[in-house]
Parts: sequence; C-alpha cells; structure tokens
Amino acid sequence: MPTHRATLETRKYPQNIKGLVMSSTFDQVATIIAETCDIPRDTITPDSHAIDDLGIDSLDFLDIAFAIDKQFGIKLPLEKWTQEVNDGKATTEQYFVLKNLCARIDELVAAKGASA
Amino acid sequence: MQLEYFHMIDRIVDLKVDEKTIVVEARVPQESTIFEGHFPGYPLMPGVLLIESMAQASGWLQLGVFKFERMPILAAVKEAKVRGSVFPGDLMSIEASLAHEGSGYAMTEAKIRVGGKLRANSALTFTLIPFPNADMRGHMAKIAERVGFPQQVVSP
Repeated sequence: MPTHRATLETRKYPQNIKGLVMSSTFDQVATIIAETCDIPRDTITPDSHAIDDLGIDSLDFLDIAFAIDKQFGIKLPLEKWTQEVNDGKATTEQYFVLKNLCARIDELVAAKGASA
Repeated sequence: MQLEYFHMIDRIVDLKVDEKTIVVEARVPQESTIFEGHFPGYPLMPGVLLIESMAQASGWLQLGVFKFERMPILAAVKEAKVRGSVFPGDLMSIEASLAHEGSGYAMTEAKIRVGGKLRANSALTFTLIPFPNADMRGHMAKIAERVGFPQQVVSP
C-alpha cells in the first residue's frame, strides 16, 4: 500500500529525505541567482551573502525575488525585512545569507501549505 | 499629451482593478520642440517616450490596484521593442496588465497600438514607494481627475 511504503521510507531514511528537501530549495535558489544575475553557479554556496559576497544589488534582487515568488508560490516579504534591518531589529545575514534565505522560503512555503 | 511636462496620458478608457488591466489613450501632439530636433523634416516620437508612455499607463493601473496608497516608480525596462514608428497626431491606445505583485515592487506588461497595430511593447518593473510628500500626492490627484481616473476604485 502506498501509505505504508511512504512511512517505511521515511523511517528508513529520515536524514536523507530532510537533506534532499533542504538542498532542493538551495539548488533552486542558486540556479535562479546564477541565471538572473549571470553569476557562475559554482561560486554560489549556502554560506554566500547575496549582497556582500555575490554583489547583488537591490534592483537585481527584485528579479530574484520575482523568480522565487513564482517558483515557490510565495511572496517574499522584502519590505518587512528591509524595515527590520533599517530599524536594527534584524541583520542582513538573517535574510540574505543563502542558507538563511532558503530557510525563510521553506517557512513561507510551509505556512502557505498550512493555511491552504 | 503635454510632452514638455511628461504628461503622456490623456484619458483612462478602461481600468479593471479586479482583472488588473488598464487601457488608456494618448494623442501625440502635432507640434513640439521635441520634433524640431527629432527629426527636422521627419518628426518621430522618440522610443524612450513610448517606454515612458507605457510606464505611465502601468502607473495608473497600479495607482488603481493599490488604491493610491503607493506611488510606482519605474525601476527596470525589459524586452522593450519599438515595432513601428509613432508620428505627430497619432492616437496611441496603451494597454497594461499587472504581471506580478511583489512586496514593495510590481511588474507589468504593456503595449502601444496605433490604429489597432502594435507599435511597441515592454515588460516593466516598478518599486512602490510611500508618497514622499503631500505636494506630490496632490499633484497626482489633480492629474487623476484630468485623465478620468475612476475615483470609486479607491473609495471604500
């Protein structure tokens, strides 16, 4: 039965499945960044800071946000993030280091799934 | 159209906020200092002003969709194509649709037709800023009245 099989696989490979989901978000985001900003894909790592390391400016980031919004069916709250950084309530690392950005994306996707 | 004031749009023909589309009209004047230079003996609407016209049509669309709460400012022009010339006296019909509504930014797609024929099209990106001051908001409200902006779309 499909349900039974899925349960077994989850039990057997919990780490792999979790790892697969996380790398999938990062891979998609890295591909978007590479294609949108013409940055070599192999220079983009989970620890890259989109602004400080990759040199992406705010206008280019709009194209990235657009592609992410479309691909993941979410709306990155850029205005809220910018406000938090300007108010000193958050650091740019929290939102623009790619592994953190991917974690935010996963949260938004999960929240969307929960409210649907 | 008052070219020297960059007032490109004459009239909002149809603004559908639910469908996020707009159609506006803009008649190119017969005479303008711009045509004295661009070009003597062959007056031609500059391509950048066609882009500006599409941006302004997109701007009115966004003012409607976002209920005059934000001012759209042109940020990026993509895939702009001038497919045919626009001359003094031509009546441009400009259509725009909202392609994406992001957080603090929006993207539109716009087309200019003259006599039903496509003359230009582009994808445009805007940042949405709070109105910087009352003067600017008042100015936009005044132009809104002149171009026939349907006030019911912003009133509750």
